[in-house]
Amino acid sequence: MKYLHLIWASLFRRKTRTILTLVSIVAAFLLFGLLDAVRTSFAEAGQSANGAQRLQTGSRLSFIQTLPQSLQSRMEQVPGVKTVTYANWFGGAYQDPHNQVFSFAVAPNYLDLYPEMSVSDAERKAFAETRTGVLVGEGLMQRFHWKVGDRIPMQSTIFPDRSGSKNWVFDISGVIHSTDKKAAGFFDQMMLLHWTYFDDTTPYNRGQVGWYVTRVTDVNQADRVAKAIDALSANSDHETRTQTEQAATASWMKQLADIGLIVTSIMGAVFFTLMLLSGNTMMQAVRERTSELAVLKTIGFSSTSVLAMVLAESVLLLLLGGVIGIGLAEPLIPLISHGSNGMLALSPVGASSWALGLALMLAIGVLVGALPAWSAMRLNIVDALARR
Amino acid sequence: MTPLIEIRDVSKIYERGRQKVEVLHHIDLDVAQGQFLALMGPSGSGKTTLLNLIGGLDSPTGGSITVGGQRIDNLGAGALAKWRASQVGFVFQFYNLMPMLSAQRNVELPLLLTKLSGAERRKRAAIALDLVGLADRASHKPTELSGGQQQRVSIARAIVSDPTLLVCDEPTGDLDRQSAEDVLALLRALNRDHGKTILMVTHDPKAAEYANQTLHLDKGTLVEQVAA
Repeated sequence: MKYLHLIWASLFRRKTRTILTLVSIVAAFLLFGLLDAVRTSFAEAGQSANGAQRLQTGSRLSFIQTLPQSLQSRMEQVPGVKTVTYANWFGGAYQDPHNQVFSFAVAPNYLDLYPEMSVSDAERKAFAETRTGVLVGEGLMQRFHWKVGDRIPMQSTIFPDRSGSKNWVFDISGVIHSTDKKAAGFFDQMMLLHWTYFDDTTPYNRGQVGWYVTRVTDVNQADRVAKAIDALSANSDHETRTQTEQAATASWMKQLADIGLIVTSIMGAVFFTLMLLSGNTMMQAVRERTSELAVLKTIGFSSTSVLAMVLAESVLLLLLGGVIGIGLAEPLIPLISHGSNGMLALSPVGASSWALGLALMLAIGVLVGALPAWSAMRLNIVDALARR
Repeated sequence: MTPLIEIRDVSKIYERGRQKVEVLHHIDLDVAQGQFLALMGPSGSGKTTLLNLIGGLDSPTGGSITVGGQRIDNLGAGALAKWRASQVGFVFQFYNLMPMLSAQRNVELPLLLTKLSGAERRKRAAIALDLVGLADRASHKPTELSGGQQQRVSIARAIVSDPTLLVCDEPTGDLDRQSAEDVLALLRALNRDHGKTILMVTHDPKAAEYANQTLHLDKGTLVEQVAA
């Protein structure tokens, strides 16, 4: 610690250059904080503690392929299955195609499998008795300033009614309150509509189901149950793939886009550029200080301590910029989530993001400092003082 | 009485590519404790090389160098660094202060290598600055000081850890006459009043007059000894 003032003073010897480099590091780690939040949000989308007891069954070919509704009764016969429900993607938008809503047509018992979604008894009864009724997540209600009893027009991006119009009208019967904070971002933005209304209204969906959700009696038997369910449709024209809810969500997300790969690729490019930039700064800083480093060695600083000081300077630069960058991401993430009107429910910067960020700061700091530190360590005092 | 510095048959050969240049030829020299020795000679005569060898900045190609009873020619880089930290103070022609540190912080630098507390380091740096007459300039950066003042700060840095030996390479080479005389008077006071042994390389005969002995080097050989 007694060298800290020396390291700090060396770092800010050329203030403009150091500040410009710091700004680049801040920008890189701000981007890291935001993109890591996107990655985490996608990875955690729809996951909850109760998800372990649920299996999802979809078409083996693609998530847009449907399955026969008749499969439900056969699935219910599989040993270890407690309850089976089903749903289909509705693909609704409110007023403007940009206002996409996570909307699903669901079977009457759908809510029974999702204790994370809490709906009051009165509202659930109203939903059951209203053919055009919908249950809407709390966040979605706030986003569009809806209230229970409102009649809302929705446009399906996929399904027309029998007259060919994609305009649908729904009555809000109740509000979905999320009981699981981890999954709240997902359930808060959800809209559930009646399966029968959906199935009767659109000619596109005659007795077809988007996916099944199964509750198992014993989590430890989930793998066996999944295989048994898939065996029901083996060699048919509707072969299925049954997975845990987590795996199914991840697989669905991957079919949309491999967010992890995209984020990793962007961050790889950003950090590579950052390494070149901060490495160049450190090389210049050490080159300019050749005679000063020689003086330090002359008065008795060992080669190892000179190496350690240059490395510490590089790590300090990265830590300073990195901590400011991720620190800035913290308040920005809720602002972005809020600004996206609920479309982006980004996870806050968590301990794992901080840990990964700090590890990256240390690693990049050591990497970019290694070469200049090595040069400083190998510096020949006599040559350096003679400016050879 | 055993001399502080004993140099026996010291040679130094530099290799520049394929070329070998013998800069010092079989030098023998004794320097007594408390001596103020001036080393003079034309450029390329080996003055700075000899000074670097005595200060432990470089190692001889042949021969032995003993300072204060310790052979330094066969010490490794780490041991030599430790030895320099405790035994030698360096004064350079161009001061070589850290531009981003205050005078006080510059003087404290050698003390960072000791186990002294921060408060004790500050106290000793203040005493050293007072000794060179710059107590009121402690918070000034080198760029805020004149050349003579910067050289006095570098002398304070050289003496702050109380070394036995001061090694000065052209300490007045970059100063005007008045500043040079101030610096030389300060070195003489450190020699007379504080018993520091001083080795000074200089081109300036007037500067050499402050020393109590002058040695001349020519083409790597000691050619003359002049007692003041």
